[in-house]
Amino acid sequence: MATVQPTPTSFWNDTGKTGITSWIFSTDHKRIGLLYFYSTFGFFLVGVLLGLLLRIELMAPGRTIMGPATYNATFTVHGVVMIFLFIIPGMPGAFGNLVMPIQIGARDVAFPRLNLFSWWLYAIGAVIVLTSLFTGGGPPDTGWTFYVPFSARTGTNVSLAVLGVFVIGFSSILTGINFVTTIHRLRAEGMTWGRLPLFVWSIYATAWVQVLATPILGITLVLIMAERILGAGLFDPGRGGDPVMYQHLFWIYSHPAVYIMILPAMGVISDVIPVFARKPIFGYKMIAFSSLAIAAAGSLVWGHHMYTSGMSDTAILVFSFLTFVVAIPSAIKVFNWVSTLYKGSISLEAPMLFALSFILLFSIGGLTGLILGAAATDIHVHDTHFVVGHFHYVMFGGAGFAFFSAMHYWLPKFYGRKYAEKPAVIAWAFMFTGFNILYFSMMVLGLKGMPRRYYDYLPEFAPLNLVSTIGSWILAVGLIIMLVNLFRGLFWGEPVGSNPWGGATLEWSIPTPPPTENFDQEPVVTHGPYDFTKAGVP
Amino acid sequence: MTHETTAHHIVSYKKLVMVWLGLLSLTGLTVWVAHHNVGIGHVWGSLAIACIKSGLVIAFFMHMKYEGRLLRWFLLLALAIVAIFIGFTFFDVLYR
Amino acid sequence: MNHAPHKDYGGAKLGMWLFLFTELLLFSGLFLLYATYLSRYPREFTAAGRDMHVGFGTLNTVILITSSLLAAMAVTAIQRNERRNVLLLLGGTILCAVTFLCNKYLEWSAEIGNGIYPGSPRLANGPPGESVFYSLYYITVGLHGLHVLVGATLLAVVAVRVKRGTVHAGDFVLLENGALYWHLVDLIWIFIFPLYYLIL
Repeated sequence: MATVQPTPTSFWNDTGKTGITSWIFSTDHKRIGLLYFYSTFGFFLVGVLLGLLLRIELMAPGRTIMGPATYNATFTVHGVVMIFLFIIPGMPGAFGNLVMPIQIGARDVAFPRLNLFSWWLYAIGAVIVLTSLFTGGGPPDTGWTFYVPFSARTGTNVSLAVLGVFVIGFSSILTGINFVTTIHRLRAEGMTWGRLPLFVWSIYATAWVQVLATPILGITLVLIMAERILGAGLFDPGRGGDPVMYQHLFWIYSHPAVYIMILPAMGVISDVIPVFARKPIFGYKMIAFSSLAIAAAGSLVWGHHMYTSGMSDTAILVFSFLTFVVAIPSAIKVFNWVSTLYKGSISLEAPMLFALSFILLFSIGGLTGLILGAAATDIHVHDTHFVVGHFHYVMFGGAGFAFFSAMHYWLPKFYGRKYAEKPAVIAWAFMFTGFNILYFSMMVLGLKGMPRRYYDYLPEFAPLNLVSTIGSWILAVGLIIMLVNLFRGLFWGEPVGSNPWGGATLEWSIPTPPPTENFDQEPVVTHGPYDFTKAGVP
Repeated sequence: MTHETTAHHIVSYKKLVMVWLGLLSLTGLTVWVAHHNVGIGHVWGSLAIACIKSGLVIAFFMHMKYEGRLLRWFLLLALAIVAIFIGFTFFDVLYR
Repeated sequence: MNHAPHKDYGGAKLGMWLFLFTELLLFSGLFLLYATYLSRYPREFTAAGRDMHVGFGTLNTVILITSSLLAAMAVTAIQRNERRNVLLLLGGTILCAVTFLCNKYLEWSAEIGNGIYPGSPRLANGPPGESVFYSLYYITVGLHGLHVLVGATLLAVVAVRVKRGTVHAGDFVLLENGALYWHLVDLIWIFIFPLYYLIL
């Protein structure tokens, strides 16, 4: 660009067109990021609705609003939608796309057309999954894990749902390839590896997991289809197969997949906390390194989902030990975040509140994970509501709350307008309270012996189940307040400048909303991502 | 931008044909071994030969010999992951 | 906004290699199953392997190795700006791919004619390990065959681009990446061949 434009056009009105085609065929990473945001967040709301229905069913013993078959289908679809259609594509697809290229000083990702293609694959996969609910034998009822032998035999529409997930997995792989290449090739001058924002580090680690683990999910899903359509019998003990091998294959992907869900969330927290504590991050190198360590160690622990599946004792020992190893890099992160807060000038605005609650909720989720990682205790709580509580603490309290933090932190940058602060804090308070009532009760129920995935339970579990359901309503109220406030603010709220929070990473150095080209000239980076003094922010 | 200059190395026809001849003779060898060493032990032998063959293909046909260090490390990482996925499963399979 | 389209040779190749890793991992899931079931049913696997057509397998191995050579030579040819040779070599590669698939068709027809296919009554009544061996064989080789088809199509597209002159000595990353994909197809076969045909 030869001429210097004083006010570059924002990416919202660069083409002069406003129709849907200017979005769904755009190769601009910001537009694709928003496509991902709205599609994944839409599915999040679908998942929330299904979750609320599940809680209403469990409000009282016996049939409340649905029968056992409907209940099975509902929790399966809740899981599939939340995991494959929201959390896994959500954070890398939405915020990875929106923010990461700007944070490294690039104009776009390495393969913009491939980026658009992966959103399309996501959309196509989502449509296939949705189709599977209303065609064939009806919605799948296997649980999101599609365990054989049931998934090979049930009359519901498992094959189509599995095909949809396969396509979405392909989309995830392409995003991973794109991001690894982008971070290697397109960093601006002076953007050394030691100056990468920690969100970029976490996206980098995530992208590697997407590249190396997702293909295993692909082949696993192909094998389910082979079981169902060809009658391959690879997991059928009657013909020499071994159902436990299915679980191995499934968890070889799906355990690393929980790190696809949590790593970008940790990146968001690492970016938000220093900005709102007005202090450079403590232990930058260790946090960056621990992202890679989590990605690596997280690929070695899949067996801890299978302690009660008939795996060998040696394997239980090995996988249990390795599970405890993963706790180390996770704890490194938590300690460093807390140390960053120490003697900081903390401002408790909405993104920070969500980030702080992330630390607490993730710690609870992580520590209860150790109870499950130890084989001796796991035998007792395996397949109980304790597990349900545990992973909702990690996935919702962790990844979900980080997603909300990112929404409050970054979306104003892309819309140029901001939500109102007070309702945001009220919404957070509702959500945080409701969340803990909802899921802590579940963990207690699990310890008392209530199994998961049953639509009915013994009368002695009734009081806590009622409490849990009431918690889900409080959470839902908070969610509604948050959404109304956030989106009203983004469209009609008060305009914000280029750096509303006083961040030092590159995205805050460009106009709001960002221009199509992101940077007028290719930036030259001279300071670290959390060096507030050198970035010139107060 | 962090562009290292990518020198385009041209591999001569002659070298490629030599590699091809090597691959063909290894194929012959693996068939011969399979017919003359009955039993399960030769699986390891066949796999070793297959590894040498793929090493040749990767190094010369796929130009890995002339690539930078980054790609080599990545390849190593991918192979290590494959080995771990298969190897760790055997903690279960072997001791059940 | 008239930026020249972003060309990053190293980036494109890095992306391709990452994609090849995902393909490798995809097949490694099947090799994982093979390894575990081989350790459980060594005798049945050997017995089943004896019924495989070693002739077809060896022939196809030679064909694929040769096609890989031709693809590698095509990359050399384009760097030397010998366009006619590039087209000939790519044509040869695609011809090899077609021959490979024809052989596969003949081989599978013979096997299916003998009552060997996933879920067939013969396998259902045979020893358990044998059914696993053949199911794995059909899925692995079928998936590989799909990759042969995709690779050949990809190379055909590249050949058209070479003919039109959009892929040339100054910009041949598409050809190089196409060839890389083709070599991967060859690599997978290098492992399939001894594991399924030479378990005697």
